[in-house]
Amino acid sequence: MSKELLKGNIAIAEAAVRAGCEAYFGYPITPQTELLEHMSSRMLELGRVFLQSESEVAAINMVYGAASAGARAMTSSSSPGISLMQEGLSYIVGSEVPAVIVDVVRGGPGLGNIQPSQGDYNQLVKSAGHGDYHPIVLAPANIQEAIDLTVLAFDLADVYRTLVFVVADGTLGQMMEPAELPPMRALRPRPEWALTGKGERPQNIISSIYLSADLLEAFNQKLQAKLALIAQREVRYEAYQLEDAEYVVVAFGTVGRIAKTAVQNLRRQGIAVGLFRPITLWPFPEKQLSELADSGRIKAFLVTEMNAGQMLQDVRLAVGRDVPVHFYGRMGGVVPMPEEIETALAELVNGNGRLPKTILEGKNGHPTR
Amino acid sequence: MVTQLVEPTEKLVYQRPDSLAELYTHYCPGCTHGTAHRLVAEVLDELRLQNDTILVASVGCSVFSYKYFDVDAAEAAHGRACAMATGIKRVHPDKIVFTYQGDGDLASIGLAETMHAAIRGENITVIFINNAIYGMTGGQMAPTTLPGQETTSSPFGRDVRLTGNPIHVAELLAAIPGTAYSVRRSMHDARHVLQAKKAIQTAFTVQQQGLGFSIVELLSSCPTNWKMTPNEALSWVRDNMLPVYPLGDYKVPESLQSTKRGKRD
Amino acid sequence: MATGRIVIDVERCKGCELCLEACPQHVIEMGNFFNGKGYRPAMLVDPRHECTGCALCAVVCPDGCITVYRDVPAPKAQPVLKGVPA
Repeated sequence: MSKELLKGNIAIAEAAVRAGCEAYFGYPITPQTELLEHMSSRMLELGRVFLQSESEVAAINMVYGAASAGARAMTSSSSPGISLMQEGLSYIVGSEVPAVIVDVVRGGPGLGNIQPSQGDYNQLVKSAGHGDYHPIVLAPANIQEAIDLTVLAFDLADVYRTLVFVVADGTLGQMMEPAELPPMRALRPRPEWALTGKGERPQNIISSIYLSADLLEAFNQKLQAKLALIAQREVRYEAYQLEDAEYVVVAFGTVGRIAKTAVQNLRRQGIAVGLFRPITLWPFPEKQLSELADSGRIKAFLVTEMNAGQMLQDVRLAVGRDVPVHFYGRMGGVVPMPEEIETALAELVNGNGRLPKTILEGKNGHPTR
Repeated sequence: MVTQLVEPTEKLVYQRPDSLAELYTHYCPGCTHGTAHRLVAEVLDELRLQNDTILVASVGCSVFSYKYFDVDAAEAAHGRACAMATGIKRVHPDKIVFTYQGDGDLASIGLAETMHAAIRGENITVIFINNAIYGMTGGQMAPTTLPGQETTSSPFGRDVRLTGNPIHVAELLAAIPGTAYSVRRSMHDARHVLQAKKAIQTAFTVQQQGLGFSIVELLSSCPTNWKMTPNEALSWVRDNMLPVYPLGDYKVPESLQSTKRGKRD
Repeated sequence: MATGRIVIDVERCKGCELCLEACPQHVIEMGNFFNGKGYRPAMLVDPRHECTGCALCAVVCPDGCITVYRDVPAPKAQPVLKGVPA
C-alpha cells in the first residue's frame, strides 16, 4: 500500500468501507456531505446497503435496524444532525447493538455555521442521549489517524456492542493530505444475537425496555461494568515532549495538531513545553493526566479548544487543585493560529504559571479558579 | 391377526397459532390488540413464515408485542418502526419484515418515517391499529380521535377547529406510488375479523412477491380508555368509527386484484 | 347440523365476554369462579350438545384461548353386495 492524497471526509468513508461497513444510512449536512456522497456510489458498487434517509432521525433508526439485523452499520452527520439522533443513540446503547457514527462538527448553537468547531465535546462525551452511559469517542488529529480510528471504531463497537463516535471537525473533513488506506476486509459474519429470522433456534429480541425497576437497575449495573472495562482498556492519547515539560498544552483533534506546532516553536526557543492530546475523549485519559500533574514538575496546564472550554472541565477534574489549569479557546468557527497558542503559552511561562491580566480579560481566555 | 380400527370421532377446527408465544399478554380484557396479534400469527403460520420473519414492535400499548410473537423481533423507538424496519429489510431483503404500530406511534410521531418508507416503496408490511385514542398513556387524544370524542386531553370533545380532523392513514398512504397495498378493515365482529385476516394475508403476500409497501389499517377497540365494556366498545367501533373511517381497499396491486375484493360497508 | 365442542384455556381467559356475544348457539357462559388472574373465565355450558364447532367464538377471542373441535360423523355402514365377483 502507498500513500495517496485524500480528503478527510472521503478518507473516513473509504476506511469504513474497507473496515467492512455493510450498511450506511445518512442525510446530507455540511461539512460532512462528501462522506455520504462517497458512500452513495461505493456501497452500491460493492452490493452493500446505502440509503439517503428522510432525516437524521430516520438515519439513526435505520442504523439501529441494520445493526440489529447483524450488519456493521454506520451513519455520519454534523452537529445539529447529531442532536436529532440523540434518541436513537440511547436506544442503540440500551439494546447493546454496535454502531459507528461520524460527527464532523460545525459551529453552534442553533443553525450556527458550517465552520470548524469542537462545540460537540459535551454533546458526544457527556450527553449523547438519555440515560447513564458514555459512547466511546475517538478524536483524530490528521487524516491518517482518521482512517485508522474509523477502522478501530468498528472493531470497538463489535467488541463492546456499543456506540462509537469518530469526531472530526470541518477542518479535518474538508482538508486533503497524503494518507494510506487499509486493505479491504471481508464482511464479518452475523453475530449470534442478531435478528435474522429465527429458523430453528429460539427467538432473538433486540430491545431496551425493562419494565421492572430491579431488572432495569441490573441492566444498568451490567452496562456500568462494561463501561468500566472500556475505561480501563481503551484509553488512547498522544504524549508529545512531555518527558521534561514544565508547561503542558492539552488539546484534541485539529487543535491538538495546531498546538503541536506551537510547542515545536517554543521548544526551539528552549522553553520546556509539551503536548498532551487525548485521542479517546471517552474514555478520557484522566489517570495519565493526573499522574502528570502529580509528577511535581508541571507548573501549569493550558487547555485549548475550539469551544468555550468543554474538555477543560475534564482536565480540571483530572489535574486537581495543585497545578493551575488555564484555558485559551476560539468559538464560532474561528480556528486558532499556532501563534495564538504560542503566545498564550509564552505568557504562561513568563507569568510563571499565571496568565497575565491582559489575557485573562480577553474574550477567549478564561481565568483560572 | 385382528386389527381393530378406532375411527376419529372429532377433528381439530381451530387452535392457537404457533407464531404466538405462550406468554399471557398484558392487554386489557376485550382489547382487540389481542385479536390483531392472533390474526397476524395465524397468517404467519398459514404462509409458513414464522422462521423467516422479523417483527419491529413500536411504542404504545403494543410495546411488548415483540415477546407475544414467537419470531425474531426488535423494539423500536416511538414512531421509528418503519425506519428501523427499513434498516432490517435492507440487510435481509429475503426475510419478511413487518411493523406493528398504533395510531399515536404511526400517525402522529412516526408519520414522516411511515410516509417515507411508503415513498421508497420499502418492501415491508405495516399492521396499523387505529383505536382513536392513546391507550398506554391513559386515553389522550390521538390524531385519529373522532370529532367531538372526549379524551383525557380533549375533555370537552375533540374540537376540529383547534385540533384538526382525524387522519385517514389508509387513504393517505394509498396515494403514494410506492405503496402496493393499502386497505382498512375492522375487528368489531366475527365476519369483519375474518375479512381483516384475509387482508393481512394479502399484505404479507404482497411482500413475499416483492411488490412494495403494504399496510392494513385495523379499526380497533379500547374498552378501558373509552370506559365501556368490551362488547359496548365493539358496538362503538361499528356505530361511530365506521362512518368516519370507511372500510375498503384503497390500493391493491393489479396482479392481486382478481381475488375477491373486500366489500366496502 | 354439525356438532362440536370448545376447550377454553381458563387461565388465559380475561373474561371479556366477546365470545358470549359471538356464539350463535348461546352455549357459552361466564364461570362462577375466578381464575389465577382474577377474571371469571368463559365456559362451555352445553348439556344438549348444541355447539356446532363453528369457531366464531375463537375468531373473536382476543386472547387465543379457545380450541375448537368438530365431531366427525360416524361412517355409514357399507351395504354388503352379494353375488358380485371379487
